Amino acid sequence: MIELFETIASYFQFQFVQYAFIVGVLIALCSSLLGVTLVLKRFSFIGDGLSHMAFGAMAVAAVVGLTNNMIISMPVTIIAAILLLRTSQNSRIKGDAAVAMLSVGALAIGYLLMNIFPTSSNVSADVCTTLFGSVSILTLSTVEVWICIGLSILTGLIFVFFYNKIFAVTFDENFARATGVKANLYNLLIAVVTAIIIVLAMNLVGSLLISALIIFPALSAMRVFKSFKSVTISSAIISVFCAASGLLISIVAGTPVGPTIVAVDIVVFFIFFLIGFIFSRVKKG
Amino acid sequence: MPLLSFENISIGYDNNPILENLSFSIEQGDYLAILGENGAGKSTLLKTMLGLIKPLDGKIVFDVGVKKTEIGYLPQQTVVQRDFPASVWEIVISGCLAKDGIRPFYAKEDKQLAEANIKKLGLEDLKKRCYRELSGGQQQRVLLARALCSSDKVLVLDEPVTGLDPKVTIQLYELIDSLNKEGITIIMISHDLQALKHANKILHLGHETFFGNKEDYLKSPLYQIFMDKGGKQND
Repeated sequence: MIELFETIASYFQFQFVQYAFIVGVLIALCSSLLGVTLVLKRFSFIGDGLSHMAFGAMAVAAVVGLTNNMIISMPVTIIAAILLLRTSQNSRIKGDAAVAMLSVGALAIGYLLMNIFPTSSNVSADVCTTLFGSVSILTLSTVEVWICIGLSILTGLIFVFFYNKIFAVTFDENFARATGVKANLYNLLIAVVTAIIIVLAMNLVGSLLISALIIFPALSAMRVFKSFKSVTISSAIISVFCAASGLLISIVAGTPVGPTIVAVDIVVFFIFFLIGFIFSRVKKG
Repeated sequence: MPLLSFENISIGYDNNPILENLSFSIEQGDYLAILGENGAGKSTLLKTMLGLIKPLDGKIVFDVGVKKTEIGYLPQQTVVQRDFPASVWEIVISGCLAKDGIRPFYAKEDKQLAEANIKKLGLEDLKKRCYRELSGGQQQRVLLARALCSSDKVLVLDEPVTGLDPKVTIQLYELIDSLNKEGITIIMISHDLQALKHANKILHLGHETFFGNKEDYLKSPLYQIFMDKGGKQND
């Protein structure tokens, strides 16, 4: 046991491990905050759709030769988020169909571009990294870490500042609108913040696994807790715990970071599912 | 001056009018029941009244003392709400948000108002309970308390007794009556003919529209037709 701690401590002397840890915990925290709202609004798949858009944008950035691909992927993802939200309101193309259309379209075009204009000799390794995020979290530059810290603080502040409004718009949009809450504005805010988190989270778990980071902590918390506040707080704690322990496990065991974190999330979900099940049984007597 | 008047209003979606050239007005303290068959435009009228959709033509005039957002609203339940993790307290106090504008947190007055409305509707024991675990009647009372937090002048109720059992239905009607006696104006959509007992004014939508006092409505041929149809539906 002591050996294990020593191994972990020795890893933490490396700066890239420290960076990975800071960024991982922050991303987990932010994604879980919005996860509760997205799950309750039946928008679980928006994370998937947007992350595939971000993948497409990253491919374009790589082809063009930008070193910091956030310059392209961030605005593209934000615009996609706003568009998706609009289509689900106008309902000419149904919300889920619009998400599916955009996400697979971007995924295909992105991979196509990376193949036609390869930037390195090993295209499939590049693609695998972008999809599952295994390497990028360990190769963060100082600038990227600071961007991540800044955007996380911004997300946190927005969430705390608009917490009551986000609750109202999530629980009953029509009522909120009728009593003069600017529901469209807050929906827009939710979409933009979701897009920011997704672009950040691509570093941690890659674009295929982002939905897991967003929905699992929220779903776990909802099994057991019964008020919006307790669900939000506990899902943040669950998410940070899972990200931290997933990172540690992956460093020690040498497993890929993203899938390890998601695996921990799944295990925690089942534990909470069981607790919730037992609770409801006990109550019914 | 009437509390709320509709002047030559036409409503509908995407320039397809459902109702055209409708005029009526509501006085302070009225209890208006809006009747009509499915598709007659009851819900659309309600949404227009609440400002959720724009009227195609005409205008809605509010009394000087009433702001457009000072209408309390009891919507029909949505699928999202059925398994929503929220406590009764969280839901009731969210009715105060409209007044708060940009301020991020609830003020002391908001908490007092929410507390008072919880007491008024007899929800003290349920304050910390989870909304999704309550019975249908209790859930309606929670939403009514929230509506009261957003307005103490006008309440708009969208089929409030749908899905409730007869005993709870009677209780809810009594509760609404008592709010009306306190001076709150009630506007209610209903399929239910019981609503007729409680209202003092009727708006009947359909091929023909009727607006006026309940006594006149009960004598009108429209009422007879509606009764016959309603009777058949209930069989």
